[in-house]
Amino acid sequence: MNSRILEEIQPFILPVIYAVVIVAVLPLLAGYIVLLERKVMAHMQARMGPMRVGPHGLLQPIADAVKLLLKEDIIPDKADKLLFWLAPLGSVTMALLAYAALPLGPTFQIADLDVGLLFILAVSSLGIYGIVLGGWASNSHYSLLGALRSAAQLVSYETAAGLALVSALLLGGSLSMKALVEAQDQIGVWFIFLVPISFFIYMVASIAETNRAPFDLPEAESELVAGYMTEYSGFRWSLYFLAEYANMIVVSGIATTLFLGGWLRPLASFHQHLFGMSFEALDILPALIFLGLAAWCAKLALRQAVPIQKFVMFLFVGLFVILAAAMAWSLTSPLMAGIHGGFWFIVKVLVYLYGFLWFRFTFPRYRFDQLMKLGWQFLIPLALVNLLMVAIGLLLHQQFGWWLLWSVILANGLTLAFAAWLGSDSAKPSSTEAEAAAAAVGGGK
Amino acid sequence: MLTPSHYLYLSLALFTIGVIGVLTRRNVIIILMSIELILNAVNINLVAFSRLWGSVDGQVFAIFIITDAAAEAAVGLGIIIAFFRNRETVLADEMDLLKW
Amino acid sequence: MTFDTIIFYFFAALAVVSAIVMITRRSAVHSAVFLITTLLATAGLFLQLEAEFLFVVQIILYVGGIMVLFLFVIMLVNLDVAVRQIQFSRQAWVGAILAIALGAQVLMAFRLGSGAFNLPAASTRAMQPNAEQIGAALFQRYMLPFEIASILLLVAMIGAVVMAKKKI
Repeated sequence: MNSRILEEIQPFILPVIYAVVIVAVLPLLAGYIVLLERKVMAHMQARMGPMRVGPHGLLQPIADAVKLLLKEDIIPDKADKLLFWLAPLGSVTMALLAYAALPLGPTFQIADLDVGLLFILAVSSLGIYGIVLGGWASNSHYSLLGALRSAAQLVSYETAAGLALVSALLLGGSLSMKALVEAQDQIGVWFIFLVPISFFIYMVASIAETNRAPFDLPEAESELVAGYMTEYSGFRWSLYFLAEYANMIVVSGIATTLFLGGWLRPLASFHQHLFGMSFEALDILPALIFLGLAAWCAKLALRQAVPIQKFVMFLFVGLFVILAAAMAWSLTSPLMAGIHGGFWFIVKVLVYLYGFLWFRFTFPRYRFDQLMKLGWQFLIPLALVNLLMVAIGLLLHQQFGWWLLWSVILANGLTLAFAAWLGSDSAKPSSTEAEAAAAAVGGGK
Repeated sequence: MLTPSHYLYLSLALFTIGVIGVLTRRNVIIILMSIELILNAVNINLVAFSRLWGSVDGQVFAIFIITDAAAEAAVGLGIIIAFFRNRETVLADEMDLLKW
Repeated sequence: MTFDTIIFYFFAALAVVSAIVMITRRSAVHSAVFLITTLLATAGLFLQLEAEFLFVVQIILYVGGIMVLFLFVIMLVNLDVAVRQIQFSRQAWVGAILAIALGAQVLMAFRLGSGAFNLPAASTRAMQPNAEQIGAALFQRYMLPFEIASILLLVAMIGAVVMAKKKI
């Protein structure tokens, strides 16, 4: 009886451990990404960001978390109690559920579903309920309007994101996330170089999907107070916040897996030799990157005025040197694929997230009708035509034996031509309305 | 052991609950939702038997049923909105314009 | 009691309880939320039956599409006075008894005819990758219903837009 239970449970032990690690680490990680965002925003605006709470503001997320936990939990009087309680829960659950199919390395995956990519898309579309029910349960006009706007935006950009992913899927040939990375290994080129327009569409759609600027009208402070999050305070609000940042990381993970090669090292499948050196020598890159980071921290440390900040910077130097040594040592251990895979995946996700942060502080906000117009009248036709062209390119390459480069250039060139036509004045229906309105105004005078 | 009869009884239970919902509630939207429940019960049946026979036909049929349910929900809700604009009610008892 | 059976009973109980709660709520939004729970439990059952593609399609289409539509419409036609009116129609008892009689009849049919099916315990044929099989079936054997379904969706889209417009 005992051994039977053990053998029933055995396939579940490792995934459960991975799941516990993800659920435990993610709130801390989300908090530090918020700190990173504030620091990056500050440096882009020529100031320093949080510096008070802990050296260089490193304890800021912890202070924020403590504040949010201790805040008074206000529930509006006429709010729908069940839904008010359920909505942030649903948001966070769906955001965390998507991690089940996300591969963080060649071996670190909770469940290698055959339909992994579709599962993550499905769970992302479930996140809408947290927003809609939260807005409705607050029994407030601002919340409801913000929630409906946000839900409409999410639904609109979901289609474009899905179509962009399908064109990458055509190249990969399978819905399983692991198989997609292995397909990039086999073809030898990351998909972003084969279908860059899909990557662009997916980037724009994913920014809209996570309600980030410049598409953050539903939750911008100067617009609808805070949209659907207006009536939530303290811990419930922090759940929404956690859901938003977890969603950002999931979306970055999908883009990394599909377009940026997942856990593959750059030039992972180049087995030729250049100048007598094999490309395998690039495996030393993680250690070199950490050493470079250590050198940069040392340079910054010498410039610090306050002693505690100087001390913490030197601690970082030590940390990066230790990590560099660990990366170099792991080159000889059997865990190398896992550790290096994890490293490259995290680096690519951070690069994509940096793109998210960068766009927030660069672009002004889209008005809601501009947002919907962009989604429905530009991105979806572009994604459809892109899909068609990628299919044609793939057909030419596989059936008729064209060289990959020519079919890629042809497919992307035709799609760019279509995009140029879409963006030009001849495709806009509003030009005729504007003419008619101008004529009416001119005639009325 | 899990036989397809388990799934048959489950889908029968859901079907009956859906029929009760359609026949007893006044709110037209809840009636529509009970219809979705009935279609879902049928889907469970189809998929259970498709697993039994090892063929994929049942699942394809289930996909078509889901497609059909989407179309019907969209048009039905459009009709409800149109009616609500005219008569300000969503209760089935009060939708009696054709009564003599 | 294998893990399979436990999962089945969990999802089945969740589906039935959510369905019963769904048809008895006063507020339409609560009913919608419980219908979402029922649909998610059904999706879980599909996954347990190794129909992975249908599991995902159920979540994306049914829960992520149709129920969002329902919620939007419920919020649009939300009448405060409707929550305080009588929820069940005048013929509720007759309807319920008829429905239960129907259910009992079908149950009798199952019990009487259960020998004829000769249902084996589980299929011994392993299912191949599910999404590829469904794709092959949809595009080869069921191509005509597939095209008709797309025309149906187009007609439904046009119909819904026309019905909900303020001025045609």
